[in-house]
Parts: sequence; structure tokens; C-alpha cells
Amino acid sequence: MVNEEKKEFLIDIKNLKSVYGKNIDSVLALDNISLQIKRGEFLCVLGPSGCGKSTLLKTIAGYIKPTSGTCLMQGESITGPDWHRGVVFQSPTLYPWMNVKENVEFGPKMRGLSENEIKRIRTHFLDQVKLTGFGDKATFELSGGMKQRVALARALANYPQMILMDEPFGALDALTRVNMQSLIRNIWKENNSTFFLITHDIDEALSLGTRVVVLSKRPGRILKEFNVDFTHTILKNNSNHVMYSEKYFKVKNEILDLINNQIEKQH
Amino acid sequence: MDSKKELDIFKKSIKFYKLSFNKRNNQNNNSEKKIKKNKTERLLTIGTWIIILGTWYIITELKLFSTTLVPSPYKVLTTFITILKEGYNNVSLWMHLGASFQRLFIALVLAIVTAIPIGLLSGYFSKIKAIVDSVVEFYRPLPPLAYYTLLILWFGIDNKSKVTLLFLAGFAPIYLACVSAVRKINKDYILSAKSLGASQKSIFFKIVLPACLPEIFTGIRTAVGVSYTTLVSAEMVAATSGIGWMVLDASNFLKSNVIVVGILVMGFTGILIDYGLRYLEKKIVFWKGHV
Repeated sequence: MVNEEKKEFLIDIKNLKSVYGKNIDSVLALDNISLQIKRGEFLCVLGPSGCGKSTLLKTIAGYIKPTSGTCLMQGESITGPDWHRGVVFQSPTLYPWMNVKENVEFGPKMRGLSENEIKRIRTHFLDQVKLTGFGDKATFELSGGMKQRVALARALANYPQMILMDEPFGALDALTRVNMQSLIRNIWKENNSTFFLITHDIDEALSLGTRVVVLSKRPGRILKEFNVDFTHTILKNNSNHVMYSEKYFKVKNEILDLINNQIEKQH
Repeated sequence: MDSKKELDIFKKSIKFYKLSFNKRNNQNNNSEKKIKKNKTERLLTIGTWIIILGTWYIITELKLFSTTLVPSPYKVLTTFITILKEGYNNVSLWMHLGASFQRLFIALVLAIVTAIPIGLLSGYFSKIKAIVDSVVEFYRPLPPLAYYTLLILWFGIDNKSKVTLLFLAGFAPIYLACVSAVRKINKDYILSAKSLGASQKSIFFKIVLPACLPEIFTGIRTAVGVSYTTLVSAEMVAATSGIGWMVLDASNFLKSNVIVVGILVMGFTGILIDYGLRYLEKKIVFWKGHV
């Protein structure tokens, strides 16, 4: 019975504590984090810089092990990175010795899929990130937004259970960022997938997420969770007018107050 | 006093602003300026050589030094043609060059084949580095000719000692380039590959090796340069053929014209080798400088 309940969650984090460094130099990055992620959710994590947001992502990705506490995926402990959790980094880590096509194909190739299957996947996801016809381009010929789209397609190509993103649009200009956000929103809906996105942009979190988690300053603890559905409204109306509604401002103000309180405490 | 300081800071900031403004402006019409710059720079290079050759010509024309010490450009040219036609000491120039390049080529292939895997492994595993690194660091700064004498005692005066010498000279730069390339590799490349389902083996061959290629190439170019200079000096110490030996032999008979021809041939072949390597680099490591 208990096991069944656990399996309901894709990711189940309990009492996670993360310390990096050794002895005197050690830093407590995360403390007492308990967080469950359901299938199909779009979870956004907000927090002041240096609060351990990235540490949380790296723990879920399997790049670092929790100091104490557990981090489970479908009831099983995460022991290292694998292709069930796709990662999109802050700066796109495309391999420059491969062209766009080969970058997207990398995951399926590593998993030994058939030639036809790889081709189908590549065409599908290049189309989904609106880069059809760019397959033979070198990665360094692309703009920042295009690079990040290739990185996204590369992560999607494995059909992972969830996609982890670490401030993926931080380096993009405002217009490109808005375009990327609506692209991500559509892909999330179309693929019915689960997203975990780290950001320092409140609007990004509120307009994309179905749930927004606000972290405290270091050591990162969960301050508050918000269940929001602005992203659905945006999808339905095909416009982001909801971002000017009373309700939106109320939530945004509350989050701003939470974060500002944190920053003031520091001084 | 204070106002003077402020003024100073103000002036400095204006200077900085101007500098950054100029920089931006330069970038805007970069291509146009580049063409202009290339033209003047090319003229300067050509001018320098005209002056060098002119001075040489004038010195020999005025007979400031005896012609056995400083041969005239004309004499060097005719000597070059005769050597090209008849060879030196009844051995053709191509045979001399061939002998030299055979040594160089065998040694470099050996160095590349061994230094790349050992260097990459050293970068990967600190235990292997602990074994190899100190040895390389010890012999690398030694002038190769210092241990060449020992190598002659062990391997004889023939090719074997020379190939070993060139191999040792070429090994160090490639090895060091590989170690530093692995250390400098973008960790996110490896992490993302793991998250895409790549095995350790594929990560090494598909990610680590190509990511290190630009630096490996720089290492190979350095190795070729070091080995080539070592080769010529080694042939001057002990050899019976080769372009270095030709120069040494000519100096024994005071044939300064042959010496100059030898030096010019060495210089041009050196440039040609580096040019070829740079061409290969552009083809193989096409992404270098773009990331």
C-alpha cells in the first residue's frame, strides 16, 4: 500500500541535506528539503542566487549524492545520471565537433536504437523546436536561442521521464526568452511530460509552472509552495494577458515579499 | 588635492570610454579594415625581406667580407641549382632531405601513437600521472643533445639513436598538451553525455577525445618544431647523411655557399611542414576558435 503511494510520485525527495566541501570550508547548501514531483507537473524553483537551487537540480540529475536524506525516482534511489532524466544546462553544452543533427541523435545512438528510429526521432524533435532544415549546420553557426533549442531537442530525443533545466534562458535576450518560454510550454503540453525548471525570474516561473517552490537563502529550505495555473490559461487563450490580472499580481507580490525578506535578512 | 584626483579619475574614465568606443567601432567595420590592414601588413613583410636581401647583395657587392665567409646571393642561387642537379658529394639533395625526413617521420609517428594515450590517461587518472609526469618533467627541459651522446653509446651512430632522440623530444610536448587538455575539458560535456545515456567508453571516444583534439594538435605542432630543430643539430653531431650533415660537412670545407643553401632549405621546409599541419588542423579541428 505504502509502496503504491510512493510510485504515484515520479520524484520523491525526503529530508534532503546537501553539504559540499570538506571540514572547515564545507558549505551547507540544502537543508531539510522534502519535495514530491508528480508526473505531468511543471515545477519551477525560485530563490535568491546562491541558495542551492542548482545543487537541488544536480541531486535529482544524479551528479551529486545527498549528504543525508533520500532522493527517489519511482521508488528507487537515484545513484547516478541516466537518460530517464534529461538535463538542459544554463549554457548549451552542444558538442561543437558534431553538427546539429548529430547532437540531437547522440542520445538515441548511445542507446543503440535502429537507424530508422533515430532518423524519425531526429526529424520529429528538430521540427518540435522549429529547427527543421538546420540539421546540417555547425553548432557554432547558431544564435544563442537556437543553441538552447538544440540542447532541448537533444534532451527530449531520449523520451526521458522528466526534463531538468537550470536557468536555461538566463543568457538570452528578453524577446527570445519569451519565445522560448512559449515553445517550452507547448512542448510540455504536447508531450505530456514533466519539467523541473530553475529560474530567478518570477514571471518565468509563474507563467510556466503548475507549481512554484520558493527557496530560502543558504542553506536552502523550502519557504513556500504555490499552486498556480496561469500556464493553462495562457495555453487556452493563446495569449499571456493573464499576467496582467489581479490574481497574478497578488501571487507575484507575495513571492517578491518572500524573496526580498530573505535578501534584507542578509544585510 | 582631492579635486585633482577626481579630475584624474575623470580623465581616465573618458580614456576608457574612448577605448571601448573605438573597439566597438572597429568591430562594426571589421571586414573593411581587415582587408586594408592585411594589405599594409603584407607590404611591410615584403619590404622587410627586400631590405634583408638588398643588404646582403650590397655587402657582397662592396666586398666588405671575403666571399668564402659571405657568399653572394647569385653564388648561393647557382650552388642551389647545381646541388639540385648533381647533389652534394654525389648524393642528391632529395636523398639528404629524404634521410632527414624519414627519421623525423618515424619518430613523430611513434611519439604521437604513444604520447596521446599516455597523456590522456594521465589527465584522467591521477595515479598514472604520478608515475609518468615526474619523468617527463625531468627530461623535458634538458637540451636533447645532452643525452644524445648517451644514446649514441647505446644505439650506435645510425638511425636508431636519432629516432630515439627525436621521439623523446617530440613525446613531451604532445604528452603535456594531452594532460592539460583533459584537465581543462568542460565538465558539463561529460555530465550531459552521461545524462544522455553514454557509457564510459563512448564518453572517452566520442566526447573526451574530440574535446581534447584542438590542444593535441597544438602539442603536435610544437613537437614537430622541437623535433625538427633537434634533428638538424643531431645530424650535425654525428651522421653520414641528411640535410644537417650536409651543412656540417660544408663547413668543414669552408663552403659557405652550401651552408647558406642548407639553411635556406631547412627554413623553407620548416615553413612548409607547419603550413601543412595548420591546413590539417583547420580540416580536422574545424570548430577551434568558434567555441
